[in-house]
Amino acid sequence: MDIPHTVEARPDTGLYNAKVGIWLFLASEVMLFGALFSSYILLRVGAEAWPHGLLSVPIGTFNTVVLITSSITVVLAWASLKLGDLSRFKLYQGCTVLLALTFVAVKSFEYRDKFTHYYVRLQDGTELNGHLAGNPLNWTAANLADTNRVGASITFHPDAAGGEGEGAHGGHAEPIELTAANVAKLESWGPWRSTYLAIYFTLTGLHALHVIGGALVIAYLWGPGSRMWRSDPERFTNRVEVCGLFWHFVDLVWIFLFPVLYLL
Amino acid sequence: MTATTHPGSTATAHAAGGHAPHAGPTGFLWKYVFSTDHKVIGIQYGLTALVFLLLGYGLMALMRWQLAYPGQPIPVFGELLLRALGPDMADRGIMTPDLYNSFGAMHGTIMVFLAVVPLAFGAFGNYVVPLQIGAPDMAFPKINMASYWCYFAGGVVMLVSFFIPGGAAKSGWTSYSPLATVADLAHRFDGQTFWLMGMVLLITSSLLGSVNFIATIIQLRAKGMGWLRLPFFVWAQFVTAFLLLLAFPPLEAAGIMQLMDNLLGTSFFLPTGLVVSGRPLDVSGGGSPLLWQHLFWFLGHPEVYVLILPAMGIVAEVLANNTRKPLFGYKSLVYSALAIGFLSFIVWAHHMYLTGMGTKISTFFQTTTMMISIPSVIILTALFISLWGGSIRFNTPMLFALAFLPMFGIGGLTGLPLGFSATDIQLHDTYYVIGHFHYVVAPGTIFALFAGIYYWFPKATGRMMNEYWGRVHFVLSFIFMNLVFLPMFVQGLEGMSRRRDDGGATYAAGEGVYGLSLALKLNVGISHAAWLLGVAQVPFMINLFWSLWRGPKVVSDNPWQATTLEWATPTPPPHGNFTHRPVVYRGPYDYSLPGSPTDYAPQNLPA
Ligand code: HEM
Ligand SMILES: [Cu+2]
Repeated sequence: MDIPHTVEARPDTGLYNAKVGIWLFLASEVMLFGALFSSYILLRVGAEAWPHGLLSVPIGTFNTVVLITSSITVVLAWASLKLGDLSRFKLYQGCTVLLALTFVAVKSFEYRDKFTHYYVRLQDGTELNGHLAGNPLNWTAANLADTNRVGASITFHPDAAGGEGEGAHGGHAEPIELTAANVAKLESWGPWRSTYLAIYFTLTGLHALHVIGGALVIAYLWGPGSRMWRSDPERFTNRVEVCGLFWHFVDLVWIFLFPVLYLL
Repeated sequence: MTATTHPGSTATAHAAGGHAPHAGPTGFLWKYVFSTDHKVIGIQYGLTALVFLLLGYGLMALMRWQLAYPGQPIPVFGELLLRALGPDMADRGIMTPDLYNSFGAMHGTIMVFLAVVPLAFGAFGNYVVPLQIGAPDMAFPKINMASYWCYFAGGVVMLVSFFIPGGAAKSGWTSYSPLATVADLAHRFDGQTFWLMGMVLLITSSLLGSVNFIATIIQLRAKGMGWLRLPFFVWAQFVTAFLLLLAFPPLEAAGIMQLMDNLLGTSFFLPTGLVVSGRPLDVSGGGSPLLWQHLFWFLGHPEVYVLILPAMGIVAEVLANNTRKPLFGYKSLVYSALAIGFLSFIVWAHHMYLTGMGTKISTFFQTTTMMISIPSVIILTALFISLWGGSIRFNTPMLFALAFLPMFGIGGLTGLPLGFSATDIQLHDTYYVIGHFHYVVAPGTIFALFAGIYYWFPKATGRMMNEYWGRVHFVLSFIFMNLVFLPMFVQGLEGMSRRRDDGGATYAAGEGVYGLSLALKLNVGISHAAWLLGVAQVPFMINLFWSLWRGPKVVSDNPWQATTLEWATPTPPPHGNFTHRPVVYRGPYDYSLPGSPTDYAPQNLPA
């Protein structure tokens, strides 16, 4: 049994099935991210204070350029197929995958930076932000208690005074020895730290999942999936096109995320 | 008795068991379990949803004991609950408040997301839509299969949650924050976490389903099947699919955020200074409980139309077929369904009048709420007028379809006082609301679903269901449905809250409390009616399975002498559906055409 219009377009709509499907899927994605952006607005409007400058703009800009470039290569790859040139397709689509990987790598570097940055409240009520010696990932007071048990303490380097933000790590304020006894609360700058970080991690995390998912499919079509080029070139080209549409959407989301989280 | 005695002439003269035009998959597993055939998937959806319907009923039947006889051990089932869930939940066979709360939350969740929508959309939509538009299958058969299995997995997650430490979710089917986050702080992976994970699966399932439905209806209509020749049922499913496509993602977003609140300790929905059990909660705060409500009801309201539109579609098909005349105002039905679709996205805050919103916002939502009742009334009126002058055949599907009309009418009309914020202050969160929406969903939608089952059963199985027991099922269901839900309006007007696990007994016993005396008495009567409603389903269950093996075989592919394309297939339709690609020459309801030899002209009959 053959389903009509899997490859050739239906005359009255001018579309093949998968293209209708991907546009519908993207409409629902718009609602998904739209809801999260609306939540962002509502939470920000209701917040007493909203932090600024927690993220590095140059890094964000770099990743923006990376994604935009990948959007171009995705189109070039599809256009190469339209011209019947599989090897050029492979070249361009390979670039797309590499760019996607670059994006994810940079993003995880940014994430790591947050999970190695700490808030600490001492028993005397002092609140500090800074780094732990050796930059351990996502410690809590429980980890501190474990270190104490083997008789060690850990050095804490507070950030430069007044700065809640990034930049000058340590050095300015005096390092402190932390023990389970003098610490009331210790937590990294994960999503639990503040509403801003919560929405930052949710939005970028969900977006990163989209990047990874898209990259996996693109990589599949670049590798084993490209065998279809020989058996059914038109269908293969359609697949690449549909994938490209998704990829553009993922880029578009980032174009909104970047100013909203890094700049405003 | 039934129309089987008048074998109709059909386009394909196959009797039961016609041969497949294309070889289908072989092997039990691929044919019946991991099938990509829309009909098998539809039946899988249907059977699973019926099981959940029964389960959702069962939870409620147990809760009704607690409401009628608060604090007394449940006979027979109390012992079972104690064994299955332990003394924390059912000490000495008595339903604890925690258990009542989790049964309440899961009753709503199961009924809406696992029973009625999968039955109305997943089962009927899957089975009937491709047939009615003359398509060989859905546009994306594999995605269709994935949709069912996501649904199945979501159901399993929900079921498992009953047995985890702390029990299933306890914060209502609406899962309001912060309650949903703090209800079970003792357990990290609590019932609410399971609920959220289950919902993510169910949302994924409905996303896959809705993309598929819309693409199928746009792309796979047979030659000649123009938009205004689509049966109303297809239109209803089309709008429903759009509602699911666009309204569910915000709930998914909300679900992700609540999941983060529960598991990672974020504060999306937790306000600053939240105190739980006398101690300030150690979270960053700054979140907004209202945000959850907005996101939930942005889905929640369209969802109620997801519950009702397919039901209206089924009723329209059954009415046209059994009045033997065209539907009155086909075009107004279609435009009304579209209007409902658009408007249902801008009425959600009528569920939130009591959250302290400003008068301007409340005026906006009151206005839109009144506007959306207009198309609903148009549809109902058109269906009523369709009866006028028809020579009506009163078979079981028709009885259920006819009963749908006044029942949905009561449900819709009682919605109007809820839609005005002034009257809603009195009625909100009382049993009046429970009465309102159950009238639309239970004697409304569920009756329509029964009509659909009796109507399409012969196409799907090649056998008729028993007419006598069908009528028994109808009459008893009709009586008990009303005995259950009508008194709830009275209870609500007396001020009985919808959330109390003792039905308000403790509250009524308080000093200086008047009222509720009638409500408490009604509790007992309602409970008995509810249990009898369950008994009334026994004839249906037996009929369903008995007819599957023993029912009289249909002698024609079109036993109801209907006009739409699903009856132009062999019976039951093989993989690929049609023996020849059908061509459509006329509108969906060409009944009783003047000068025509029969009183119906199928859509594929050349004009
Ligand atoms: C046609 C006109 C309708 C109007 C004006 C209307 C209005 C309302 C309003 C204002 C509420 C909120 C009441 C409150 O919480 O205080 C409500 C609740 C509800 N309605 Fe309707 N409704 C209508 C039709 C429907 C239909 C067709 C359905 C479903 C098939 C439905 C299902 C529900 C449900 C499930 C709730 C309760 C949700 C909850 O709080 O758990 N309604 N309705
Ligand atoms: Cu509503």
